[in-house]
Amino acid sequence: MTTTPTPRRPRGVRRAGDQVFRGLSTGASLLILLVLAGVAVFLTVEGIPGITADPQDVKSGESFLPFVAPLVFGTLLSALLALIISLPLSVGVALFISHYAPRRLGAALGYVIDLLAAVPSVVYGAWGIAVLAGWLAPAYAWLETHLGFIPLFAGPASATGRTIMTVGVVLALMILPIMTAICREIFLQTPRLHQEAALALGATRWEVARMAIFPYARSGIVSAAMLGLGRALGETMAVAMVLSASGVVTFNLISSTNPSTIAANIALSFGEASGLTVNALIASGLVLFVITFVVNFTARAIVDRRKDFSGAN
Amino acid sequence: MAKSIDVSDLNIYYGDFLAVEDVTIDIPARSVTAFIGPSGCGKSTFLRSLNRMHEVIPNARVEGKVLIDGQDLYGDEMDPVNVRRTIGMVFQRPNPFPTMSIYDNVIAGQKLNSKRMKKADSDAIVERSLRRAGLWAEVKDRLNRPGSSLSGGQQQRLCIARAISVEPEVLLMDEPCSALDPISTSAIEDLIHELKSEYTIVIVTHNMQQAARVSDDTAFFNLSGVGKPGRLVETGRTEKIFSNPEDPATEAYIQGRFG
Repeated sequence: MTTTPTPRRPRGVRRAGDQVFRGLSTGASLLILLVLAGVAVFLTVEGIPGITADPQDVKSGESFLPFVAPLVFGTLLSALLALIISLPLSVGVALFISHYAPRRLGAALGYVIDLLAAVPSVVYGAWGIAVLAGWLAPAYAWLETHLGFIPLFAGPASATGRTIMTVGVVLALMILPIMTAICREIFLQTPRLHQEAALALGATRWEVARMAIFPYARSGIVSAAMLGLGRALGETMAVAMVLSASGVVTFNLISSTNPSTIAANIALSFGEASGLTVNALIASGLVLFVITFVVNFTARAIVDRRKDFSGAN
Repeated sequence: MAKSIDVSDLNIYYGDFLAVEDVTIDIPARSVTAFIGPSGCGKSTFLRSLNRMHEVIPNARVEGKVLIDGQDLYGDEMDPVNVRRTIGMVFQRPNPFPTMSIYDNVIAGQKLNSKRMKKADSDAIVERSLRRAGLWAEVKDRLNRPGSSLSGGQQQRLCIARAISVEPEVLLMDEPCSALDPISTSAIEDLIHELKSEYTIVIVTHNMQQAARVSDDTAFFNLSGVGKPGRLVETGRTEKIFSNPEDPATEAYIQGRFG
């Protein structure tokens, strides 16, 4: 790298440090794109034979669509359950930490919740089977008896408690830390000015949250939800451990016949798969990849739709 | 509607720190009272104690009495939330809710008070408030645009419209023009003149000419020294404070010798 100045147009000084850093950061972003493209190419190339495979050649004995549909359904259902449980919880916890709790308690609580993110998913899975499923089994029985007329709780309730609902609860706990952390940061950034505007109108703390904090944090909350959803969609170990799957499509959340998820199915079947079955599994991975993409683009679209009102201008 | 404010022996603390010491002042109804003084003399703090907004800061507390038409502002049965619904406030920097439309900004206070309102009623309140804030002609065709799309002066008038839409008894203004250009400032001063027939207005200002232009009474705050609490030096009719003040410190400040 030489620093010879061009004769006609002075470019200013070229500093070696700037050049190196620029190279590093450009290289890093290119690398990310390459990795992503590599994954997409691999999934497509290896997956296509699985999609077009003859039903006789794969272990499931089905053509690709009937094979993957229940898995897609189970993936979406469990992730959605997790999000429904986790979103209000994380928004509430984040609001408590940022605006309700005394500063010290808030900091301590935030730290503990961040620790939850460090627990390996195998541990969550083991806890889900050994403890949570046992706790929830009586609750499922109760739901079947009293709310059985709702198809979601039609039963027969699983005696072991290893249901898609339990998976949803475990996943909710797993995605709670990241969602809480993002919400908390956004809530803390809400301009004091807007909060005081609400207070001066005679808003209670909850009304301040509704008038000033939530609208300001809206796009952040959506991002948090999408990151959480992405994690729940791809979570493998905890689901594979907790769920006793049987490849059905049902909205019955508490029975012992449950749909599996794409990631868990890959983890459970990959070891003993061979030939076109492997390709079929990779193709299901491609489907998961696409789902995650769609989820992220949808989130972007939601956030962008009300750009004028975001308060960023 | 408009109410008078009687303050006696008010001390304002942040934790152990005494910020404002021993203020006694009577603020008459349906008039404009200006607080002037150098930076850090406690005039904004005192203003915020008049609708209990200073309580937003942890450990802030007051000793002494503030009576609004004879009712103790700091009495046990008084809820700060209700206090702020009857004593409106306009801030130094315009702060419309950025995520709300102009219409929703104006109606925001009403929505807190009564959950359900007929569309026609809320339309009427929005129009009346914007008219009184002198903003109606400029925004009537774009009520559903975000409040942050307006200019600074318009935003501040929007904030005034928002504050008066709930028919408060007192309107507190904390340096409402300090972030505005001269034309917007003049528009807001005209507005203050008009609003005083209906409201008790208290305005904090750094601008002495502004105090002389808009106020009926003026109160001069000063620090007794660095690290000492702010205190009320002198209060009286604006003409008198500006022409013939009693305290030498007031005279020095008015003539621009410090501050």
